[in-house]
Amino acid sequence: MAVNSLIRPETPTPLPPISRRRPRRRYLGRKIGHHLILILICSAFLVPFAVMITTAFKTPQDIFRVPPKLLPDRWVLSNFSAAVRSMPFLRYLANTVFLVVLNVLGTMISCPLVAYSLAKLRWRGRNVVFGTVLSTMMLPSQVTFIPLYLLWDRIGAVGTFWPLIIPAFFGHPFYIFLLRQFFMGVPDSLREAGLLDGASELRIYLQVILPQAKAALATVAIFQFVATWTDFLLPLIYLNTQSNYTLSIGLYNFFGEHGVAWGPLMAACLIFTLPAVVIFMVAQRYFVQGIAVTGMK
Amino acid sequence: MADHPRVTAPSRRRRVRLAGFGFSTPWIIGFLLFMAGPIFVSLYYSFTEFNLFQPPKWVGLENYAALFGDPKFLRSIVNTAVFAIIGVPLGLVLALLVALSLNFPVRGQPLYRAIVYLPAIVPVVTATYLWRWVFNAQYGYLNVLLGHLGLPQPNWLVDPFWTRPSVIIITLWGIGGTAVIYLAALQQVPQQLYEAAAVDGANAWHRFRYVTWPTLTPVTLFQLIMGMIAALQIFAPTFLLTQDRNNAASGGPGDTLLSYTMYLFQNAFVFLRMGQAAAMAWILFLVIGALTVLILLSSRRWVHYGSE
Repeated sequence: MAVNSLIRPETPTPLPPISRRRPRRRYLGRKIGHHLILILICSAFLVPFAVMITTAFKTPQDIFRVPPKLLPDRWVLSNFSAAVRSMPFLRYLANTVFLVVLNVLGTMISCPLVAYSLAKLRWRGRNVVFGTVLSTMMLPSQVTFIPLYLLWDRIGAVGTFWPLIIPAFFGHPFYIFLLRQFFMGVPDSLREAGLLDGASELRIYLQVILPQAKAALATVAIFQFVATWTDFLLPLIYLNTQSNYTLSIGLYNFFGEHGVAWGPLMAACLIFTLPAVVIFMVAQRYFVQGIAVTGMK
Repeated sequence: MADHPRVTAPSRRRRVRLAGFGFSTPWIIGFLLFMAGPIFVSLYYSFTEFNLFQPPKWVGLENYAALFGDPKFLRSIVNTAVFAIIGVPLGLVLALLVALSLNFPVRGQPLYRAIVYLPAIVPVVTATYLWRWVFNAQYGYLNVLLGHLGLPQPNWLVDPFWTRPSVIIITLWGIGGTAVIYLAALQQVPQQLYEAAAVDGANAWHRFRYVTWPTLTPVTLFQLIMGMIAALQIFAPTFLLTQDRNNAASGGPGDTLLSYTMYLFQNAFVFLRMGQAAAMAWILFLVIGALTVLILLSSRRWVHYGSE
């Protein structure tokens, strides 16, 4: 299977040392060329960020200048206060944080537990269950979302946070798969030592296995954090009152009847983006690991 | 924990079985309740007329027949096909080029890699609103840049010819994830192969074509399938580009931004045609399955698995 051929949990081999034989001048020229290409590529990725940041600090005169300029004549903070005041921004922020915390919690409880039983415990039906994990990894959510909506509607949960929280406690196929691959590499001797001490399976899992998996757990927690923080479709379907909006659907408030409040919108976008970026910066190692192992984006 | 109870082999095995099944129950219940069950229920709905308020009424294949006579449905297929057929290969090629550049043996590689990956973690809502502003024909910055380069400055989100390229550009901004995967694969190409190729007098293109590329084909296969699945399901960017308070069923200029999933969403939650929406979901499901199989079959011709 294609997925398995991608799984190489060991760290990538370091870059080969550059040959010292090459004439020094040619080597330097090539190095500068490499940096130039990389800088060009990176600027293409960075320009939209620059627009977001500078627009957030612009006065309306600078925002609606023709022809537009990247940098403002005058840097102002008014867009940020407008963004926070013009809608229940803090409420949306609190709702988003609430959903993130519970989703990460649910994922951390369910996924490693299932992954461990699929990787290290022998039981009848294990392969069938692992098959369901593999086959649902690529299941288009469109196929399930109408019956699920009706299910939640039937029990009166549409408009509440429950449909956005409860599924996390039952596990996500991608994270289960990633953690299973990790647990496969944990030596059996750890579990056997626990068994000799007379510890129960649950105790071995909690006290011996989980502490081994900190890096893998961090990877999954970060992916879940970003996924919930940035989620758009589920809040759009299930949250239908202003008081329980998340930031991702609340931002539309800046699109008014008579045009878009671009300054405050970009300020709000900046605030909304920042936590994801900070998490990424702090935990870059885990991101790169997770992406390289699963091919997940 | 002073006494160590002696556990006999059979009872231990039973204990392991119980624990194994027990630990997996969250997933088993979730799978039945949130995935397997709804899949079959939506298949049933696709054969019914259902508006949420009255119980579903069996209509056989009527929903499917109605869809293929619906110009908006056909329109949404064309739009989505553009995103998949042009956007996905373009994204893979650019991601590979970016990865090859990131693989240059220069200092600061982690910084360059971080910058390239950064847009991939920006919330899709932020990214799309930001691009809506960047694409703005009058005040947007993109056309300023194009002007500096002497290129045409289209009215991106208004001119029906340029709306779909706009969506592709937004998705291309987020190819950092794919590039990082390619980079990881590049760093695992066995160095001896390059040395052997150098001995044989291979030039840069030959080294890429006969050494690098074959080892990248499994990753490319995986990325092609994932990218295609994502493109066929594209929703948020097209929805957010056309979002309009006064028109919940908007599809952009000439409906050029009406993606398949967007029309599915409108059928379900705007027109309350749950049966037709379920039929659309099943058509999508089958198309994704068929395309995945086709790509996997074709992969025998172009994917090389190393003798590891």
